[in-house]
Amino acid sequence: MAAATPQVSLRATGSLRRRRIVNKIMEGVGTAAALLAVAVLVVVTVSVAVRAAPALSWDFLTQPPNLFGGPGGGISSAIIGSALIVGMATALALPVGVLIAIYLTEFAPRAVAAPIQLALDVLNGLPTIVVGIFVYGILVIGHLQSAYAGAVALSIVMLPLVSRAAQETLLLVPSALREASLALGVSRWRTVVGVILPTTFGGIMTGAVLAVARAAGETAPLLFTCSIFSPDVSTDVTKALPNIPVLIFTYSEQPDPALHEQAWGAALVLMVFVLVASLGAKALLARSRRKLGR
Amino acid sequence: MITAVAAFGSVFLLGWIVWKVINLAWPAIDKYGLAFITEDTWDPVKRTFGALPFIYGTAVSSLIALVIATPLAIGIALWLTELAPRGVRGIVGSLVEVLAAIPSVVLGLWGILVLGPFLAQHLEPWLHEHLGFIPIFGPPSPTGTGLFTAGLILTIMVVPIVASICRELFLQVPNELEEGALALGSTRWEMVRGVILPATRTGIAAAIILGLGRALGEAIAVTQVIGGGTQISSNIFGPSDTLASKIAASYQGADPIEQSSLLYLAAILLVIGLIANFGAQIIVRRFDPLRDAH
Repeated sequence: MAAATPQVSLRATGSLRRRRIVNKIMEGVGTAAALLAVAVLVVVTVSVAVRAAPALSWDFLTQPPNLFGGPGGGISSAIIGSALIVGMATALALPVGVLIAIYLTEFAPRAVAAPIQLALDVLNGLPTIVVGIFVYGILVIGHLQSAYAGAVALSIVMLPLVSRAAQETLLLVPSALREASLALGVSRWRTVVGVILPTTFGGIMTGAVLAVARAAGETAPLLFTCSIFSPDVSTDVTKALPNIPVLIFTYSEQPDPALHEQAWGAALVLMVFVLVASLGAKALLARSRRKLGR
Repeated sequence: MITAVAAFGSVFLLGWIVWKVINLAWPAIDKYGLAFITEDTWDPVKRTFGALPFIYGTAVSSLIALVIATPLAIGIALWLTELAPRGVRGIVGSLVEVLAAIPSVVLGLWGILVLGPFLAQHLEPWLHEHLGFIPIFGPPSPTGTGLFTAGLILTIMVVPIVASICRELFLQVPNELEEGALALGSTRWEMVRGVILPATRTGIAAAIILGLGRALGEAIAVTQVIGGGTQISSNIFGPSDTLASKIAASYQGADPIEQSSLLYLAAILLVIGLIANFGAQIIVRRFDPLRDAH
């Protein structure tokens, strides 16, 4: 960055008037781009809300779907299934992600941390359907689809997100705190457990909520691991459970308008959950960062 | 040390995913060899399988997304860092991030039921009528599913990713440089073109590659809006399939031979995804503030 020598001559060319007009046009383009992004968000949100409105009712949230995909019925079984799958995925990804973050920030020599960080970032960018196929290969072939296979696939998607969020919070812990504990003769591990983790608890949790919001909407990892299910309410995680993303996907591929209406309803439920979780977590994150002093 | 096990576990996991997916695809790789990549027919009845139509679909849909998303994202990032009034900066910035939080399956549902019909009735006929002499603007699709719709949906997914990385990059350009250019009498746009863009060029390239990685690997939303087809056609309004969408759409109900060919597609997708991500990460590392903190 230091070698930021201007590539374009800064010497004025043409008339000032022309330069000002070009400047105004480009400022207008930038503003238009920002407005367009916000407009797309508004259009998508509003059309989901408007089209979901006819489907929404108390029964929609508390009843299982009608058998044979008839009209009426709700998505309770999918809500329960999604909660179980995402819950199990979080239970897997959160501890492992935090352990990775602790190792990378507190213990690892830089030469070791760099390749691990690279692996995590690449893992984060991997097409999620490939992750689904991987879990299909290790857990589903020779067995059957199951909720826990879906949870394992989602946990792989969550892992890099959780560990990155935890790292960012851990790095904000003032080194004075760490050194004070070490100076009192406390071992490094006790320092981590007794001093560092409690200070960063809030930040790590908000990072976890962001990862949950992402995982709740992921469909591709579940397509190969948890997509063939009976629509009834069930909590048996050794079988494939109905879940919201796969339900929206399947219904959207059907020509039946009644199923489209159900898909919009489920999409609204999912969107509200994801947006509330991610906006809430971001607000909390900003607050906990300020508290740790940055 | 348990934290080290977790951290090295993530490297191991990445390796395991690569090994397992290639292992799953091995029967097809063994049978068809590298000729699979250049074979342009996918016909389960005649037992001929080739990846070319899907590599083409992936390339074209991602290209459409990047061509539209790159200027938009850079415009948004510039607006947020240079132009936005203090009060709305945070709000618009968060809204753009919220755009990234919309689950892909919801975006796909919106794409197939709202955006697609709009394109089929308005934009595509207009483009065909006025620009139809260019072969890519062929006859509009009757339902609004096709490569173009997929490209637009991918654009919505890519813009927030590229915009947020670019925003970070632009914030890192030293103020002295920007102020120096302004003090020399350049307009704001000349300052952007002469100082900010050249100084962050490599970072922008990495951001675009990361966006590309996302576009290449998106399975669900693309499956919903791309229409499904195995023809290579210059008409971007026609139905097609990407590597990821073909796997998602066809795996259920395929016989074992077609399944192993689909897994071969997954292996190709994995390799392309790895290349894009490693490439982008290696470039982006130079700008990563986390790295210096270790």
